[in-house]
Amino acid sequence: MSLPLSPAAASPDGDASSRASLRGWRVLRRSPRMFVGLCIVFFFVLVALYRTFFIHNGNALSHQVLKGPSAHDWLGTTQLGQNVLLQLIASAGPTLLVGFAAGLLATILAVVIGIGGAFLGGRSDDLLNLVTNVVLVIPAVPLIIVVSGFLKSGGIGPIIVIIAFTSWAGVSRVLRGITLTMRNRDFISASKLSGERTWRIIIVELLPNTVAFVISGFIFTVIFAILTQAGLAFLGLGDVNALTWGNMLYWAEVDGALEVHAWWWFLPPGLCIALLGTGLALINFGLDEVLNPRLRSQRAFRPKTSVFDDTPVAEVP
Amino acid sequence: MKYFARKCGFYLVALWGALTVNFFIPRLLPGNPAQIMLGKMEMTSTPPPGEYKILEHLMGVGQGSIVSHYWAYLVQVSHLDFGFSFSQGETVTHVIYQALPWTLALVGTATVLSFIIGTTLGALAGWTRNRWLEALVPVTTFLTAMPYFFVALILVYYFGFIMHWLPLSGDSDPLLLPAWNWTFFSSALQHAILPAATLILVQLGGWMMSMRNMTLTTLSEDYVWAAEAKGIKSRRVMIGYAARNAILPSVTNFAISIGMVVGGSILMELVFSYQGIGYYLIQAVENDDYSLVQGIFFFISVAVLLANFIVDVMYGFIDPRTRQTQ
Amino acid sequence: MSVLEVRQLTVDFAQRRGPKFRAVDEVSFELYAGETLALVGESGSGKSTIARAVSSLIRPSSGEILLNGKRAGTRGRRLREYRRAVQMVFQDPFASLNPAFSVGHHLRRPLQIYGHPREDLDIAVEGLLESVSLVPPTLMASKLPHELSGGQRQRVAIARALAPQPQIILADEPVSMLDVSIRLEILNLLDGLKRERDLALLYITHDLATARHFSTHIMVMYRGEIVERGLADDVILNPSHPYTQLLAGSAAGAIRSGRRQVTAPVERQAKKSNIALAELSETVSATGCRFRARCPHAMEICAERPVELSVGDPGHTAKCWLFDPKFRAKSTTTR
Repeated sequence: MSLPLSPAAASPDGDASSRASLRGWRVLRRSPRMFVGLCIVFFFVLVALYRTFFIHNGNALSHQVLKGPSAHDWLGTTQLGQNVLLQLIASAGPTLLVGFAAGLLATILAVVIGIGGAFLGGRSDDLLNLVTNVVLVIPAVPLIIVVSGFLKSGGIGPIIVIIAFTSWAGVSRVLRGITLTMRNRDFISASKLSGERTWRIIIVELLPNTVAFVISGFIFTVIFAILTQAGLAFLGLGDVNALTWGNMLYWAEVDGALEVHAWWWFLPPGLCIALLGTGLALINFGLDEVLNPRLRSQRAFRPKTSVFDDTPVAEVP
Repeated sequence: MKYFARKCGFYLVALWGALTVNFFIPRLLPGNPAQIMLGKMEMTSTPPPGEYKILEHLMGVGQGSIVSHYWAYLVQVSHLDFGFSFSQGETVTHVIYQALPWTLALVGTATVLSFIIGTTLGALAGWTRNRWLEALVPVTTFLTAMPYFFVALILVYYFGFIMHWLPLSGDSDPLLLPAWNWTFFSSALQHAILPAATLILVQLGGWMMSMRNMTLTTLSEDYVWAAEAKGIKSRRVMIGYAARNAILPSVTNFAISIGMVVGGSILMELVFSYQGIGYYLIQAVENDDYSLVQGIFFFISVAVLLANFIVDVMYGFIDPRTRQTQ
Repeated sequence: MSVLEVRQLTVDFAQRRGPKFRAVDEVSFELYAGETLALVGESGSGKSTIARAVSSLIRPSSGEILLNGKRAGTRGRRLREYRRAVQMVFQDPFASLNPAFSVGHHLRRPLQIYGHPREDLDIAVEGLLESVSLVPPTLMASKLPHELSGGQRQRVAIARALAPQPQIILADEPVSMLDVSIRLEILNLLDGLKRERDLALLYITHDLATARHFSTHIMVMYRGEIVERGLADDVILNPSHPYTQLLAGSAAGAIRSGRRQVTAPVERQAKKSNIALAELSETVSATGCRFRARCPHAMEICAERPVELSVGDPGHTAKCWLFDPKFRAKSTTTR
């Protein structure tokens, strides 16, 4: 298995890394999906950064109550006269923060448990694998709702931790599978013979070859975390006064945006969530295409006269 | 049979895991949750005799060590008795007994439908590499990235508030009593259309994408080429050779996704006020009705584990490799 | 004195069902500095398992390995000392190099680990690359494995094995995955390095022709056992064990030099005794000669386990009852 992405993260010397970045560029050109996805995510990151420097109070009230989109307020105002566009921009940061922090924490757990267990093998692997599979089948979202219902403390921190601890298992299982196939590869045996210590073999020799899968798992958990956080906020669990897209939807629902046909109030935050999620998912599709060249959009792999056209082929009796 | 036994063992362990998590959750609360609950109960009604004991067992408080608490909790749960729900004015088991069938029917039907539609579309997209089907991929991706409750909001807004086509909330006409007749059934069906549409729309993309990818992968396997070279009809190659092998990972994912869909449906039920298990879970969380919360989480876990178990057993029949190890 | 002595090495693998599978059964041999020992046999006979057990990658079930007369360490510092002395070249040059790292990394690490001074690491790496004729060394060191051809990769693998300055190199089918045109270059390189550095080489192969050309001694392996051993020329020109005769027969064109025509009758016999069926039956008989199901000379005594018997040439032995004087008479009649 060749993993074209991995050298980018692992090349020790300058010469190789410049080649790797060239390869990274080629990956982007080969997968327009990944390019679009990166653009979308990058856009939201910029928006989030803009907020930290330029918007001080996204919730500022005004007398312009429930106004539709206009030249002055591009996305209209809420029932309390808050500017929806301003809220939207101010919400990008916290939403991204929850997503990426929970994703990072979950990925670390998945790497340690999935790769570590698979490499060590034996009893510890059996146990970790069992734990992983059990966590995988216990329904995560109900658990998160129940825990945050009991917890009531509302801050962003606990939510990040809860989401991370319920969402690592899927990624862990994938990484374990990859590691199991790689553990017996000759280059791992060779580094054992070279006298490398086990932890160094895992971190230095093995991990770079799983980078693409780790990134893909990370993105997957970020999507899950963003969606889950939005759901919790929509339920009013957590700090309802914080600005996140989920909280915007919560207030829109509570204040009856649907009844007064204030579509400009509840559509944008949901669409932002979906757009960010799409961007992340596109990056993952791109990664899939890089890892599995058969998925690419061109028909390079089969001649045109093949199974694609339905002209009857003489059947052998 | 060995496969079956192993799966049974695993799901027992998983059930034990879920039970243990459920036992520890009330410990997140400061103070004595049983006391708090009893106080709330006394405000609205007179709690049934022995209720405090049940609460102590469920919340793992009172006299004795944590081990004895744990044991008392397991015994209590094994009787399927989760005490009294003050927010609903009924026993927890009764509330769940009323709500669970609605959710199961809705989630089950919608998930199976979505799986069938998505997988078929995905197989076609992979097989024909049809431009229109390929163009569907970003659209369904966008839908998949939406929270369930947001799709539900849009559907309610469009079909309910703008078009006035379909009922906005509830699981059936509140004036009708549940009965096995056509009026009730059609009312229930009408109320289920939008919730089901929500679940199908959001899931579709995932099934389609994974089936498309797996079809593309299997298409370049040698045995598909060989089948083609033998002159076997294109349609037969597609169904008998490519799709059959491509669908295996989707079946595994189906098991895992059940938990995800149940999670999504909780919020969706809130939007539609669909009185399923998720609706009551949220009611319970908002009212701090901890015994109802525990009971619902227990039953959701059992339902999801059971569904996973069934899928796993089915998988054992589909995949010849597991059959061999029997 | 031998550099490495392997005594009664046995390796069992646990199977999902049924009893353990004995991949290597009480194999003993010695490696001498500056000499090559070839280990020949069909795939699945346990050749690679021997290499992996001797290189300490898998733990043998029983038997002992002596390095310079001392027992090999199995853990900690003594294991590292042992691994330093015994290096391995793997069969698949595409799997034995880490795709994420440059050639330089593969050579620098073992040097660093075994205490090469940091200042002249680069010089040492270049020296290693030059010794396997990968030039220019600075350029080659910066390349990633996927930029190299199979032959070049195998040279890197050899250089890596040389890095800790070992006494012994285990070459596990080092050329079987390479293009025929470059096989000889790689084998010549190994042979030259052996001479230069006075290495003891274990050359594992299924190719009798190169085994004869590059080694002093040959061992023939069949289903976990050494069935015949001796000086390379003796084993190839005077194959004694029926299995060796079969092997030599299949490779006849390449090696036959006309001293004795043993192969033809064996082949004829083989056709009669339904070899295909015997090959299919995977059951390794716990007692007796393992080859007897396929053997054209099978006798009653073959149900008992044969011992190594001299076949005439000095040091040339075969594990076959045909060479026991008691049964020699019978055998001549069957021949």
